[in-house]
Amino acid sequence: MTIKPESTAADIAKAVAGGQSSALAVVEAALARIKQHDTILNSFTDVTADRARARARAIDADIAAGKKVGTLAGVPFAVKNLFDVAGLPTRAGSKINRDHAPAKRDATLIERLEAAGAVLVGALNMGEYAYDFTGENVHDGPSRNPHDTTRMTGGSSGGSGSAVGGALVPIALGSDTNGSIRVPSSFCGIFGLKPTYGRLSRARSFPFVASLDHLGPFARSVTDLALAYDAMQGPDADDAACTTRGVQPVTPLLGESIAGLRVAIAGGHFQKNVFPEAVEAVGHVAKALGATGVVDIPEASRARAAAYVITTTEGASLHLGRLRKRPNDFDPAVRDRLIAGAMVPAPLVDRAQKFRRWYRAQVMELFKSVDVLLAPATPCVAPKLGQVNFTLDGVEMPVRANIGLHTQPISFIGLPVVAVPVPLEPLPIGVQIITAPWREDIGLRVAHALERMGVVSAPPPRGL
Amino acid sequence: MAEPLDDYIDAVSKALALPVEDAWRPAVRANLEVSLRLGRLVDEFALPDETEPAPVFTA
Repeated sequence: MTIKPESTAADIAKAVAGGQSSALAVVEAALARIKQHDTILNSFTDVTADRARARARAIDADIAAGKKVGTLAGVPFAVKNLFDVAGLPTRAGSKINRDHAPAKRDATLIERLEAAGAVLVGALNMGEYAYDFTGENVHDGPSRNPHDTTRMTGGSSGGSGSAVGGALVPIALGSDTNGSIRVPSSFCGIFGLKPTYGRLSRARSFPFVASLDHLGPFARSVTDLALAYDAMQGPDADDAACTTRGVQPVTPLLGESIAGLRVAIAGGHFQKNVFPEAVEAVGHVAKALGATGVVDIPEASRARAAAYVITTTEGASLHLGRLRKRPNDFDPAVRDRLIAGAMVPAPLVDRAQKFRRWYRAQVMELFKSVDVLLAPATPCVAPKLGQVNFTLDGVEMPVRANIGLHTQPISFIGLPVVAVPVPLEPLPIGVQIITAPWREDIGLRVAHALERMGVVSAPPPRGL
Repeated sequence: MAEPLDDYIDAVSKALALPVEDAWRPAVRANLEVSLRLGRLVDEFALPDETEPAPVFTA
């Protein structure tokens, strides 16, 4: 077969394993496409071409020798630059961390994807220290939206959204503390999975907020998302929060019927502060799934507030030493937020953590009567780069702080979410498919059904 | 004229040995106002005394 820029990981792996294409040819095509388009998209901060070629040759040698190869044989992928990549300093979007010694070992999730045959081709741009919803970066420049390069990718995993949305690679990894996988998925028109808190190892990635940090994949199809997710599952003693549950593969279950699943639309907080396109996108998905009921998630606005408090204070604590020693080397906007976070009184943080447990119990009650909740991934399609304010429900609000209004109350209690792209014109927008903890299988099955119905899809990059 | 939070910012800055240059102060103040407003939203919600956080720590 001919590998095209939009070829899925599943098709690539099949072609490589079957001898219709070499892994090296696939990797060379990806490197050429990165070279051609990334001067505009600015999604990569490092391209690991030599490493990728060596890895691809090794896969081709294995195939020639008749050895069994993994489910992602020859599939190029890239990672947000907060993942350790052996030989590179883990910059985490910052200027300061560039002075760190190069990482000695890859992050666990990179090791697991490569064990399945995938080939790392580089590290991706991101908002500084992941405290960002825009994908803009003062040190490296903004990553750009592949559908309109004058617009934001969303953040903080902006390079991940741009690289997959621009079809430079079929799979990328990112992190999500308050929405940083789901927001770029929405703005860049791709699929993203924020798994259950603790499902995927965070070992050897640069942290932001230990209470809320998740890692997960982006892809252009649900099958690719599931293939990457399955390859990365499993316990890891190097991440204190990582589950001890065994691997629960989802790929074999994707085709199962979704009949009988109880799907509801999230009401209240999730129906406020939205532009018409977000309402339209949720409407399309709800209609396709036959969902008419609206369920109110109790105290979701307060959950968002508590997530904000925990984020700003844990983030401040993480960076306290750097704020003292190198304040002028931060993005000023990030620095000023972190300094403010250091000044929040401790009882508010304690109460936010206690509220988190209370809120979790309420939401778990809700999951006794529903299996799936639908909510907007973002209030709007991708704003213009540099846009400061938007008007929501008649109120002028800062873009940066409010893009994650609908993602924060969900990640706050670690619920798994598949962000699915609804290809509206002229720009796509995402919907959150939210399920109970450890039920990624349900979310991915629903996403797969929507994809087969033609309701959700990753549109070809229109801005390239 | 001094803003209401300025004395607090000065005191915490000193207590934490955390520099806040004059040029940064308006943005720090604005961010702190947001954090405290959202913190109040959490604070005013009555929780049972027995409520505990859900720490990851395992003994």
